[in-house]
Amino acid sequence: MTEQAIVSDPPSVGPVKHEDLSLLQEVALRTPGDPNLEMCIQCGTCGGSCPSASAMDHTPRAIFAMLRAGMREDVMKSNTPWMCVACYYCTVRCPQEIHITDVMYTLKNMSLEANTGHNGTASDFSKTFISLVETYGRSFEIGLAGFQNVRHFITRLPSITPMAVGMLTKKGMSLFPPKRIKGMDQLKKILKRAKELEAE
Amino acid sequence: MSDYLFYPGCSMESSAKAYEASMEAVCKPLGINLKEIEDWNCCGATEYLSLDLTPAYSLIARNLALAQEQANGTKTVLAACSACYLNLSKADHYMHEDKAFGRKINSALAAGGLHYDPGQLVIRHLLDVMFNEVGLDKIKEKVVKPLTGLRVASYIGCMVPRPDYNARISDTEYPYELDDLLKALGAEVIDFPLKTACCGGHMTQIGPATAFELIRRLISAADQYKADALVALCPMCQMNLDAFQGQMNGYFHTSYHMPILFFTQLMGIAFGEKPENLGFGSELVSAHAAMKRIGIQTPEPAPAKPVAKKPSGLPMPPPRVRVGQQNTANEEASE
Amino acid sequence: MSPAEKKPQERVGVYVCHCGTNIAGVVNVAEVSKWAADNLVHEGVIVARDYKFMCSSLGQELIQKDIKELKLTRVVVAACSPHLHERTFRNACKGAGLNPYLCELVSIREQDAWVHTDKIAATEKAKAIISGGVARVIHHVPLEPLHVPIHPATLIVGGGIAGIQAALEIADAGFPVYLVEREPSIGGHMAQFDKTFPTLDCSACILTPKMVDVGNHPNITMLTYSEVQKVDGYVGNFAVTIKKRARYIKTEDCTGCGICWEKCPKKVIDDKFEAGLGYRKAVYTPFPQAVPKYPVIDDINCTYYIKGTCKACEKFCPTNAIDFNQKDEIITVEVGNIILATGWDLFDARRVPNYGYGRLANVFSNLEFERLSNSAGPTGGNIVLRDGKTTPKSVGIIHCVGSRDKNYNNYCSAICCMQSLKFAHLVHEKTGATVYNFYIDIRTPAKAYDEFYQRIIEEGTLFVRGKVAEVTDAARNPGEEGKLIVQVEDTLVGKQRRIPVDMVILSAGLEPRFDSKAVAKTFGISCSADGWFIERHPKLDPVATMTEGVYIAGCVQGPKDIPASVVQGAAAAARILGRIQQKEIALEPVRATINEEQCSGCRICNTLCPFNAILFHEDKMVSEVNPALCQGCGTCVAACPAGAISGTGFSNEQILSQIDGLLLLNLDKKEAMA
Repeated sequence: MTEQAIVSDPPSVGPVKHEDLSLLQEVALRTPGDPNLEMCIQCGTCGGSCPSASAMDHTPRAIFAMLRAGMREDVMKSNTPWMCVACYYCTVRCPQEIHITDVMYTLKNMSLEANTGHNGTASDFSKTFISLVETYGRSFEIGLAGFQNVRHFITRLPSITPMAVGMLTKKGMSLFPPKRIKGMDQLKKILKRAKELEAE
Repeated sequence: MSDYLFYPGCSMESSAKAYEASMEAVCKPLGINLKEIEDWNCCGATEYLSLDLTPAYSLIARNLALAQEQANGTKTVLAACSACYLNLSKADHYMHEDKAFGRKINSALAAGGLHYDPGQLVIRHLLDVMFNEVGLDKIKEKVVKPLTGLRVASYIGCMVPRPDYNARISDTEYPYELDDLLKALGAEVIDFPLKTACCGGHMTQIGPATAFELIRRLISAADQYKADALVALCPMCQMNLDAFQGQMNGYFHTSYHMPILFFTQLMGIAFGEKPENLGFGSELVSAHAAMKRIGIQTPEPAPAKPVAKKPSGLPMPPPRVRVGQQNTANEEASE
Repeated sequence: MSPAEKKPQERVGVYVCHCGTNIAGVVNVAEVSKWAADNLVHEGVIVARDYKFMCSSLGQELIQKDIKELKLTRVVVAACSPHLHERTFRNACKGAGLNPYLCELVSIREQDAWVHTDKIAATEKAKAIISGGVARVIHHVPLEPLHVPIHPATLIVGGGIAGIQAALEIADAGFPVYLVEREPSIGGHMAQFDKTFPTLDCSACILTPKMVDVGNHPNITMLTYSEVQKVDGYVGNFAVTIKKRARYIKTEDCTGCGICWEKCPKKVIDDKFEAGLGYRKAVYTPFPQAVPKYPVIDDINCTYYIKGTCKACEKFCPTNAIDFNQKDEIITVEVGNIILATGWDLFDARRVPNYGYGRLANVFSNLEFERLSNSAGPTGGNIVLRDGKTTPKSVGIIHCVGSRDKNYNNYCSAICCMQSLKFAHLVHEKTGATVYNFYIDIRTPAKAYDEFYQRIIEEGTLFVRGKVAEVTDAARNPGEEGKLIVQVEDTLVGKQRRIPVDMVILSAGLEPRFDSKAVAKTFGISCSADGWFIERHPKLDPVATMTEGVYIAGCVQGPKDIPASVVQGAAAAARILGRIQQKEIALEPVRATINEEQCSGCRICNTLCPFNAILFHEDKMVSEVNPALCQGCGTCVAACPAGAISGTGFSNEQILSQIDGLLLLNLDKKEAMA
């Protein structure tokens, strides 16, 4: 079937250690607006709707059950948030109006902070993207794809080449980085302050 | 002429040049004046949100602040890329709804001397503006070369109908706006079951196998219904389905050839514009054969659909009354 | 008004309840009682006692003894909320010979002990509350309940099982009933079902005997194909205007032979009884066992009314019973009580786009499936796909469609789990297909329900715990082509599954009727936000409403199964029979009255009254409150710009005195005087 991009360790065996029952609340508070996370009745609509569920080690619903059980480590190691494509099917169908996709973004953030070393491919992509935006103020698709594939999918390079050529010739995409925006300093100041605020 | 503060998004200038070209070609005759936001920055797509929420929203909000500064009376920000549209609309929504969050983001913006008052700008997608502001009647007027005989699958993608914070689109799963617009151009719109299914987004770079599967589902469904082309409105969707179609074919050992076009390209053709000015030729899966089919005006009516719907058997439930029509009995009672 | 001006002074007894530790745990009851005895003497308090449980017989006897021996003229009880025991203490006073409306119950529990933790402050507050009660009660006047006669006839709106049950009970007791039904036949939704859970009784078989009894009953006047237009009057004396829609059939001549519908050339989709799955003619009876047996002509689809031609029915009718010129008839009936039993509408599953109802041919709603399975239905009881021929080999049944879902209806529809299990059984029995039930929870609370669930498990039904995400025909994997795929997370396994089936049945939920808000307004009762009618008390009084004389029964009050609907119909009937037997009803005399001289005729009160209790006399240009309809809510009293309205039981004097008492201003005056 479909290959798993990164498979995390299997969930911890043995009894659940109820050490972290504030975990659910923590995730809810970090998400802008009120995501209604405590309202989950475990119906499974989200897991049923997710187009990439088969690539996730835990379905979204299972992740919420784990949050409720305080299983911090397992959630942080899970590849689930990184497999989320942000299609919002889960969010609009959830009968309890939980902002599932927004919670997934929060979990991505938290998993990077937890720095478990899992999910390298996904987070690398995001990190590379961001470093380009923080340099130029715009994204740089060819460069980004280039870095990502060299770093993680080097064996694919031969099969990608025809497409890459097509992108450069037919689509007219540029091999060169984009022109820096004028307000780059301004943007840098904003982002710096934002990072300080996030850490508070 | 209606003014719109235009937010192009990074893809318009790289992978989606066809969208940009065709968009400009059709907006002018329809009276849409695009005032590009000066010095806009990347919206961060789905990447920045994955890393750090506050900087991510601040990155988006800088554009909103700039737009507000440059508004000069114009209230609407127009985006054609679905992810950009969702990001702008989401940032505005949460800054407005969660006051503490709004203050935090404005705090960050202040470090750059900027400020945004949430709720001050209206953020809309190009399809929404075409359907609800310009209107199908006006579009029909401009059609000089109806796309008769062209079977299209209308693919709206996921981020425009969902989560739709301001309830602009008719339905979260089977909306009719793009269908009706393409019908107004004279095309034959198939009943595409996956109109809002996800194309995989950035999964091509993270989990290619998953991405190829999502792409395959869409292409094979369009093919099942014998569409000549799949019509999209998001640069990411178009790129995934077009540029990666070859790789997908390789992975699954299939040989689909489904051209993926932007709806503005078809609008341009219908309006009589030359294909070269609309970005035709830039697609990796060539649309040449499909367009050749309608290059000559076909006097015959459209060919029969592959699935014959015989009137035998049990009756189907009637089509649902469209959004906007209420129960009159209860409405009168509550007045 | 200073205390000195009052005369003659009343003799007030104050009784402070401990309520165990409920009050005494926070309020120093003894101190409060002593304080009242010492400080409210000038107001007339001659005795103040405290006791553990005032509402007990001993507590009541305490009051009664004092009334007799100390010749009390007023009583103030400081205890729990009047909602609970006002009647208790009033009756106690009445038993001792004191007019019950000279007794006032003030709450020092719900409004003091239960909401404060500071004992000192709570005790002071209790003193103030009692002081207010005493200040008020001396302005009370003896009142007598209003007696209104009860007309022995009853109106029942809705001829479903609840309405039928109620009608039979009242009629069997010997009193007349008018049964109004919107459709051409009584029977309601129950007539559409195939088998009923948990006994698997054939629905029509148990319903039709009751329908026939109703049709034949000498005491029941059936008004089918009719609707209530207006309700005037009040409990015991309602005047109801009913529109009898023209059937275009002369019922005195019609024999119900059926030749008219046999010969009628116009076939129409029957979207009511057959749930859109079958056909009827333009002249029709909804189903063969219809009561009454008279058909109706559907003037929207009948060729004669559209084009002026045909008239086949008239040509063939052997008794000349067709009358194309018949008109609607408006009648008025007088009744004493009304029962609303108008039932429910089905949730429109087209609203859930991801389930494909209305787009994918082989997705059926629950009512459509009932008609498929019913042997009198469009397929003769054969469970087949939309093509009318193919028997499904695999069926998916989806629970909770449009229910328990904030995107649609928040509430649980109560019957869908049992219904879904029943469907599983019927599919197994008739087709031998593989059946999947997709559920979030299995709700089988009533008698023999869980045993039914066990039986369905035994029959080999495959249960998947997961709310279905989507039903699609877009094949993805081999084996899915040509099928409907149910995509769901099997939450007990923790994986997403795609299950190909031939047919999907949606257990759509129950909703209030589309015009429930308009109907509630006509009858002067309230709807909840969802649209269900509101009962007087959700636990203790589910069939009465806040409007005297109007009762509700069946699903109109909220989703429920057939036994519960029958019970409510019977309960409402019993309440009404009790009233009718008493021949008159005593109404609370706490009412508003309008001082004619002060009324300026501005009519502001007329439209404000939530109970439509205020009439306007054109000749005198003044308004008048109908005491039987008035519930004493006080809205008009507050709104009258001329201050012309006051309430017995809540006069300005009484309220302002109570406020003075609460603020202990009545004490200040005394100190000033001292």
